[in-house]
Amino acid sequence: MNSVIPAPVANQPWSMLIPLTLLTCFGSAVLYSAAGGSFSPFASTHLLRFAIFMVVALIIASMPRDFAKFVAYPAYVVVLILLLGVEAMGAVGGGSQRWLEVGPIRIQPSELMKPTVALALARFYDTLPTGMFSSWRALLPAGVIIVMPALLVLMQPDLGTALAIVFSGAVVMFLAGLPMSWFLGAGAAAAVAVPLAYNFALKPYQQRRVTTFLDPESDPLGSGYHIPQSKIAIGSGGFTGKGFNEGSQSHLQYLPEPHTDFVFATMAEEWGFLGGVFVLVCFGLILYWGLKVARNANNRFDRLLAAGMVATMFFYIAINLMMVMGMAPVVGIPLPFMSHGGSSMMTNMLCLGALMMINRWTTQGRGGGLLSN
Amino acid sequence: MPLGLTKKILNESVLTDSFDRRSFALGLGGLSVGMLLAGRMGYLAIAEDDKYAVESESNRVNLTLIPPRRGWILDRNGAPLASNQADFRVDIIPERLQDRVREIDTLGKLLGLDEAKMRDLHAKIDESAGYAPIEVASGLDYDKFAAVSIRLPELPGVVPQRGFSRYYPTGPSVGHLIGYVGAASREEFEADRNPLLITPGYKIGKDGLEKQFEQTLRGKPGARRVEVTASGRIVRDLSTRPDVQGDPIKLTIDGPLQDYAARRLGLESGSVVVMDCRSGDLLCMASMPSFDPNSFSDGIGSVEYAMLSENDRVPLRNKVLKGLYPPGSTVKPMHAMAFMHEGIDPNESIICGGGRRIGNRFFNCWSNHGRVDMAKGIYQSCDSYFYHFAQKVGFDKVADYARRFGLGQEFDLPVASQFYGTVPDPAWKLKKYDQQWQPYDTVNASIGQGYYLASPLQLAVMATRIATGRHFEPALIKTDKPKPAPSLDFKPDQIAYIRKAMSDVVNGPGTAGRARLPIENVLIAGKTGTAQVVSLSISNGKTGPWKYRDHGLFIFFAPFDNPRYAGAVVIEHGGGSGAAYPIARDVMTFMFDPQKGLDALTALEKEWGGTAQERLQRRYAEYARAAGEAVPASPPADREIQARVDAEARLEAQRSEAFARKNPRRVRRPEEPDRPASGDNQQAPAGDAE
Repeated sequence: MNSVIPAPVANQPWSMLIPLTLLTCFGSAVLYSAAGGSFSPFASTHLLRFAIFMVVALIIASMPRDFAKFVAYPAYVVVLILLLGVEAMGAVGGGSQRWLEVGPIRIQPSELMKPTVALALARFYDTLPTGMFSSWRALLPAGVIIVMPALLVLMQPDLGTALAIVFSGAVVMFLAGLPMSWFLGAGAAAAVAVPLAYNFALKPYQQRRVTTFLDPESDPLGSGYHIPQSKIAIGSGGFTGKGFNEGSQSHLQYLPEPHTDFVFATMAEEWGFLGGVFVLVCFGLILYWGLKVARNANNRFDRLLAAGMVATMFFYIAINLMMVMGMAPVVGIPLPFMSHGGSSMMTNMLCLGALMMINRWTTQGRGGGLLSN
Repeated sequence: MPLGLTKKILNESVLTDSFDRRSFALGLGGLSVGMLLAGRMGYLAIAEDDKYAVESESNRVNLTLIPPRRGWILDRNGAPLASNQADFRVDIIPERLQDRVREIDTLGKLLGLDEAKMRDLHAKIDESAGYAPIEVASGLDYDKFAAVSIRLPELPGVVPQRGFSRYYPTGPSVGHLIGYVGAASREEFEADRNPLLITPGYKIGKDGLEKQFEQTLRGKPGARRVEVTASGRIVRDLSTRPDVQGDPIKLTIDGPLQDYAARRLGLESGSVVVMDCRSGDLLCMASMPSFDPNSFSDGIGSVEYAMLSENDRVPLRNKVLKGLYPPGSTVKPMHAMAFMHEGIDPNESIICGGGRRIGNRFFNCWSNHGRVDMAKGIYQSCDSYFYHFAQKVGFDKVADYARRFGLGQEFDLPVASQFYGTVPDPAWKLKKYDQQWQPYDTVNASIGQGYYLASPLQLAVMATRIATGRHFEPALIKTDKPKPAPSLDFKPDQIAYIRKAMSDVVNGPGTAGRARLPIENVLIAGKTGTAQVVSLSISNGKTGPWKYRDHGLFIFFAPFDNPRYAGAVVIEHGGGSGAAYPIARDVMTFMFDPQKGLDALTALEKEWGGTAQERLQRRYAEYARAAGEAVPASPPADREIQARVDAEARLEAQRSEAFARKNPRRVRRPEEPDRPASGDNQQAPAGDAE
């Protein structure tokens, strides 16, 4: 099939790129409003970061499979060392922190760890002989790969990111084909362990977040303040919203973090139910494309890596939206492509880059030629 | 291939199958999460939109009440006894303070508060209810007000506003009568629950008429809708509804006379009551020493309060209503009228031999009066005459007359409390002490001693009823229709007889020659009284320690043959009636010839060291210095308003009346309520007595 569109352009996964670009631009509009009707400081940097990380994603997309396999474990180790570095810095500097400063850039290793764990696990199951998938050898090394970074992140303390790491790791293990009974057992164990963890592993402020999630009105001006205000913002938006730049909840600072974690509420107040549906559809299209990439992939490594990337992004989106709508505790997870923040943009664009890379491997490997769709 | 859990051979294709199935399941799971989120979104934004729209609006819009301007309290001629003064002020709401010590320190520096004020402030915060505003400072100049306003973001809980403070032009002269205003206490708020009460800047009447007429004077608060941020910063005004000023109340009080009488009391502790003999209107109810209600209005300091409550002349008690004194000889004209009404011929006389034998005991008179008839009994105040005829008529009958003339009575007046004293009679004694009435009880009561107790107000009512022979009820609120004053059933010649006898007290061979008015053709009639405080064995009542001296009393009316005004003067521990009747003389002089009255007062005030207000302020300064405290500046006096109601205003009024007679078209209008609120964005509207 010949086309007037040049092959390198036509080959791009437009079914993902179009909703992504629309979503990011819409995000900038919301950030423009959140800054009180100004491009700086949020909207301009948001678009700039999107552009930069799009280039990074395209570079990743051009990597060969062998390189991806080769880099999996070293990358994991490096990020793990960076995480240890954060812990060390925190111990030396006194108090908790989540990032390392290298010259002008701030790296948040816990963010990098999310795709890296999926990569390392995909690599691990790639090399695991098929016969061992139901033995302890399929479980233990993978468990170590997940638990080490999760614990380090939990110590920062950053419950949200730790859960994200465990979630994407668990999804990779599940899709790798480990026996179903293990997951059922793990689910039962979690049902027992969650109350214990609540009592012994969570910091008091994290416990409070959970309790106020269960009963937000119990503490209306404390940590339970966020969710009611977010619900007010979303609910008062109605079907079509209050209009661009007209959100009182965000502009008068009733909404906490209107440009980061609660950007969806900022959006919903001004754009209403229609805006919310638009965002959900965009995310749905992106994730659907990612899932299709995973299901169409040619081999186990590709499939698991792609699925891990989709799971990471899904976790971000689902938890953030549930949080702002009062269905999950406040865990401090931003909304991909809409929240202002470099780390989340980086992680999600790395995930998309990896998915584009796998998509390229798949379409080229089919031998359908450069012009095939 | 059988799908058994037990016997599953793992190979690449099995794992791929598993991946397909499981990823499909997860995809479905993800889709259902998406649907769930869309449903939740719809529920919040569509189903519950109304509820959240209201909540968002109530977040955004803050409604603040604008305290209404209080109604003025006017004297009978429409001059303000209480008005409002525009004022810059700063309040705090204790429960909204975030860092109390730092904020109070900052405020103290900005406003230049001294240590005593800061201590007072901390004490007030400690005992406050938290939600009720506390006044930090008022009467600020614009610079200080602006300095606080600018730093508001770092001072949560601090409320600067443009408002009004109550202003009493004649200060201490009206203290007891009008009362004062102040921020509502916790108890007052809990009783009323009106949010206005905890609006910063709003003050309720705490005493006197301010308290009695609270609902009338209050008015309706205005409201200001503003858009606020979560931290309470005001972004913009949305709308303002102006307040409605409270209704004025018009008293029967004659403002200049009230001021004159209060000032004329001078260094004494006592009261002056003057009534209008044509209507029963109370023209003056002065009680001194007093407090300056202006300083209460600004939130009285602990030092000033201590000074007032330590004073043995009880400046915090309204002696007109709550001072009870043995009426002494002032009851004699009334008793004489009782005798006449019971059939005693006024010409029937007795011999006073320096006293008289009643039953088997001899009772002293204060002098030896020889032959005494009723008139001489009154103008010479002969005790023997009253011993004799009270015994003859029977005191239970006399007591009935005393009550009919107002003694022992409570009057229908808008005051919080009035003491009604005692008119003793046999039934009363039996009930109170379970003892039979004895002849010596009649003797004591017949000259206003013993168990007899009366307030200055009652004495003034008695004077009015003696002067007119009519049952006048005292009135404090000016109405168009005065209450009817039925006759007390005395014949005109009986009334004339008593008037003449009482005139002779002053103008004839009586006991109060110095009370004669320095005005031709106006003769004052009166009756002196001396109430012994302790027995003669402790003090002679005239000299010695202040608190052992006799009370001096005087009832009066003038002109004696066609009474226009009547009243009573009581001087606590004045050392006898000689302390009382010169004051009555000057007060009456002021009513008939203001210039002469004022000349007398001016001379006296020079001697005493200033007007009552000036002396009070000076005494406070001395007291505060002794207590080691700095004195806050007194609130600025508003000369223009003052000049409408102080004693000197009477002269001005006379002059302009004369002017108006000559130029009939240019008549001054004394009544002029506060200007209505303008709809600007001030916390409270401008205007009002600026």
